[in-house]
Amino acid sequence: MATIKINLQKKLNAASGMLHLDVDMNIEKGQLVTIYGESGAGKTSILRMLAGLMEADSGQILVNEKHWLSSQERICLKPQERRIGFVFQDYALFPNMTVKENLKFALEKGQDKSIVEELIEFMELGDLQNRHPEKLSGGQKQRVALARALVRKPEILLLDEPLSALDAKMRSKLQDYILKVHRKYHLTTLLISHEVGEVIKMADKIFILEDGKISKHGKPIDVFSSKQISGKFQFSGEIVQIEKEEIIFIVTVLIGANFVKIVAEENEISNMKVGDKVIVASKAFNPILRKIN
Amino acid sequence: MIDWQPLILTFELALVTTLLLLVVSIPLSYWLAYTKSKFKPIIETLVSMPLVLPPTVLGFYLLIAFSPSNSFGMWLDENLGLRLIFSFEGLVIASIIYSLPFMVHPIQAGFSSLPSSISEASYVLGKSKFITLIKVLLPNIKKSLLTGIVLAFAHTIGEFGVVLMIGGNIPGKTKVASIAIYDEVEALNYGAANSYSLILFVITFCILLLVYLVNGGYLRRMIQ
Repeated sequence: MATIKINLQKKLNAASGMLHLDVDMNIEKGQLVTIYGESGAGKTSILRMLAGLMEADSGQILVNEKHWLSSQERICLKPQERRIGFVFQDYALFPNMTVKENLKFALEKGQDKSIVEELIEFMELGDLQNRHPEKLSGGQKQRVALARALVRKPEILLLDEPLSALDAKMRSKLQDYILKVHRKYHLTTLLISHEVGEVIKMADKIFILEDGKISKHGKPIDVFSSKQISGKFQFSGEIVQIEKEEIIFIVTVLIGANFVKIVAEENEISNMKVGDKVIVASKAFNPILRKIN
Repeated sequence: MIDWQPLILTFELALVTTLLLLVVSIPLSYWLAYTKSKFKPIIETLVSMPLVLPPTVLGFYLLIAFSPSNSFGMWLDENLGLRLIFSFEGLVIASIIYSLPFMVHPIQAGFSSLPSSISEASYVLGKSKFITLIKVLLPNIKKSLLTGIVLAFAHTIGEFGVVLMIGGNIPGKTKVASIAIYDEVEALNYGAANSYSLILFVITFCILLLVYLVNGGYLRRMIQ
């Protein structure tokens, strides 16, 4: 079974001072894995070291039993040799090329050009293919960046907070695109995210990064919720309103793009406030609210 | 009727200098924009020196260095058959050094203004640094390249001190327009001096205006 084994150490100059990044991660082939954490926790640095865009102080990266990095054996493959798809936070489309030219640029020598047409169709870029990046919206740019990253048919896709700049509706649509390509091209995908909803919707496995160390990992739903709730259904969302009605409270929760109103008692919501992330789960009849830490 | 030769020579010199400068400046600017070397400030200073140094200083040292009675000049003469003083080739080399900052600075600024993720994206797509430079970086700094080309060209046309020091005043060889003007004034030939001056004035005005029109996007707006 092909896996990615990552063990990296790196001293970083973060905004909050010196950060010692020290992580150990195992990722199985075909999984969609998220790295979750506060900004400045070192998420992007992990991805950049995996791509070969940043040097690690020490450690190793083993992909399909092959060393991409080994500080002991002094191996460090160049980014060009690693065969990965990388989607940058700022999309990094080439401004001098049209959408189609951006994709064509990624072709390898002698590679079958039909992949470009296939991706244009699959990502629904047909109407945009002759436009330049400056004429595209954020969501459109993101789709182009995703398509371009897949032209070389990489086995590993790295996504550096690709959805953080998009509104909720566009975000949800792009999450679906990412899931679609993840399955269609049998990718092993690493996604950086700081949205609980996104992680729970998309990821098979989550690594929570705190101050440069992995503090928890596992299935997202297990990591985020305490295992005491055995819900029939459960969604995560954000509290947008708490209203008092006589002796009970009506809590409005935003789940994806939908508002859900839930009746709660005073003691249930005593530690909750507007903006908190919550899980909405139902065991029997009445949904239960539980705060996410 | 004025003698056109100094004007033709001026533009010949400016053209050759600009082309060679472009070849030299692209790698140099690339290196300056991306290097983390300790020597960067020293190289940057050297490149910028012609901005503040009197042209006569540069001309004087080049004259000494290229003189066949000195070891470097002798070596050039014996091994490459080059006599750089009082020759067109010498003018070209002096002009390249003298106009270097006018070409290097805009191109370097152009490289620095591009987000690093653009070149990283190209590397991750398996493209070499050279391919990235040719197909991604240079096409995205066209304005900076144009500015560099035009400034270097215009600056070379306006050269006087360096040319006089190293080239002298040999008609058809080193007597460029700026020197011809000086010559005519010395000979109290104000009419000819005025003709040369006016032509240089109009041409340089047009060249610079063109740059501002193109880089300011005025031309594109007018066409639309």
